[in-house]
Amino acid sequence: MMPSTIETYFNKIERTRVWRSIFRSGTGNSTLRNALAIQQNVFLHLFPTKIRKRMLDLGATWYLGTLTLGTFIVLVVTGILLMLYYHPSVPQAYTDVKDLRFVVSSGLFLRNLHRWSAHTMVFLAFAHLFRVFYRGAYRAPREFNWVVGVLLLLITLLLSYTGYLLPWDQLAFWAITVGTNISSAIPFIGAKIRFLLLGGNLVNANALLRFYVLHCAILPISAVLFLAVHMWRVRKDGGLYVRASEPSAGSTHQHASEELKKQ
Amino acid sequence: MTATTQHEPLQKSAELDRREFFTKIGLGSLGIAAAGTLAFYYQYLSPNVLFEPSPIVNAGALDRYPLGSVTLDVNSAIYLIHIADGYFSLSAICTHLGCVTAWKPELKMIACPCHGSRFNIEGQKLAGPAPKPLPWLKAWVNDDGELMVDRSITIPQFQFLRV
Repeated sequence: MMPSTIETYFNKIERTRVWRSIFRSGTGNSTLRNALAIQQNVFLHLFPTKIRKRMLDLGATWYLGTLTLGTFIVLVVTGILLMLYYHPSVPQAYTDVKDLRFVVSSGLFLRNLHRWSAHTMVFLAFAHLFRVFYRGAYRAPREFNWVVGVLLLLITLLLSYTGYLLPWDQLAFWAITVGTNISSAIPFIGAKIRFLLLGGNLVNANALLRFYVLHCAILPISAVLFLAVHMWRVRKDGGLYVRASEPSAGSTHQHASEELKKQ
Repeated sequence: MTATTQHEPLQKSAELDRREFFTKIGLGSLGIAAAGTLAFYYQYLSPNVLFEPSPIVNAGALDRYPLGSVTLDVNSAIYLIHIADGYFSLSAICTHLGCVTAWKPELKMIACPCHGSRFNIEGQKLAGPAPKPLPWLKAWVNDDGELMVDRSITIPQFQFLRV
């Protein structure tokens, strides 16, 4: 069969010096080349070079982790776009959010997309945790990845909570008043933690700015770091969990050591 | 080290050897530096100047508060109450999670809209999740005969202002 025009064209690009300087995995369609394409890419190397086909079945995971990551990506993109019109200051925050709704072209769409994705991400993160829990996928050797997952859930909830203050309306003000008062219930250091979190004694200009920095810089960066560890550990712990009776793909030494014990 | 000690068999002595001593000095200095760094960031994160409203509230002339009245100043979140025993001021901020409470004249109670805590006119808790009574705030009359309240100073309960 003759290769299609697009295929021929792509093959030509793949052989250029520029392409080869960027992608080190070589050309062709050999198993080695395909494995190298994953292994030698800084982003893809977090994933296993080969997996069992049934791990990709909808029934295996319901794709809940991937969908959570998908909503996170939507949130990062829409969040960055919202940052271009939003000023985290007391006189401007509320009117900026109103302008995003009523004045900025497509502002309503992007803000609602950010809001709905946030709700969806919290829902999906919980669904992912429940799914992992009830399938027993948290067990050895995946215990640590479960812990990383719980940390990611906490970061997700904190992102959701810090984002809640930013519209600077009555709902936001009282939610943060109540929420930060919960932190002051911690024995001995509670009042100090609340003071540091708000940058003062009241939910005021400093609190808005601190929550903005947490929401737009500190928490998303932590989320990305832990996400990288989470993905990488999925590979290191033997790939996606399918069923206990099935041999784990990818990490063969785990399987081999178990075999040795049996003998 | 002398030649004789080199030939002795390796064993842990109770005393520190030189390598261990320097390791401990090094780790100790790093620990002190880390503690200093923590203190540095803690101080940086605690603002020294706050642009917050003054805790002292001028509530106006005394005759604005007739006998038997409970007045809520929403902006400063304080109650100004005048009963037979005298004048007093209560914080209107619920001791549960910080919502502003409201006086319900028909119930003769202070009620919190957030989680349903209820207090009597003297701030004693009657119902709900609030862990403490509403704090009594320092009140006095200034030279112009106006009622003043300092929201940052709480006083013992039932310390009425008698004029």
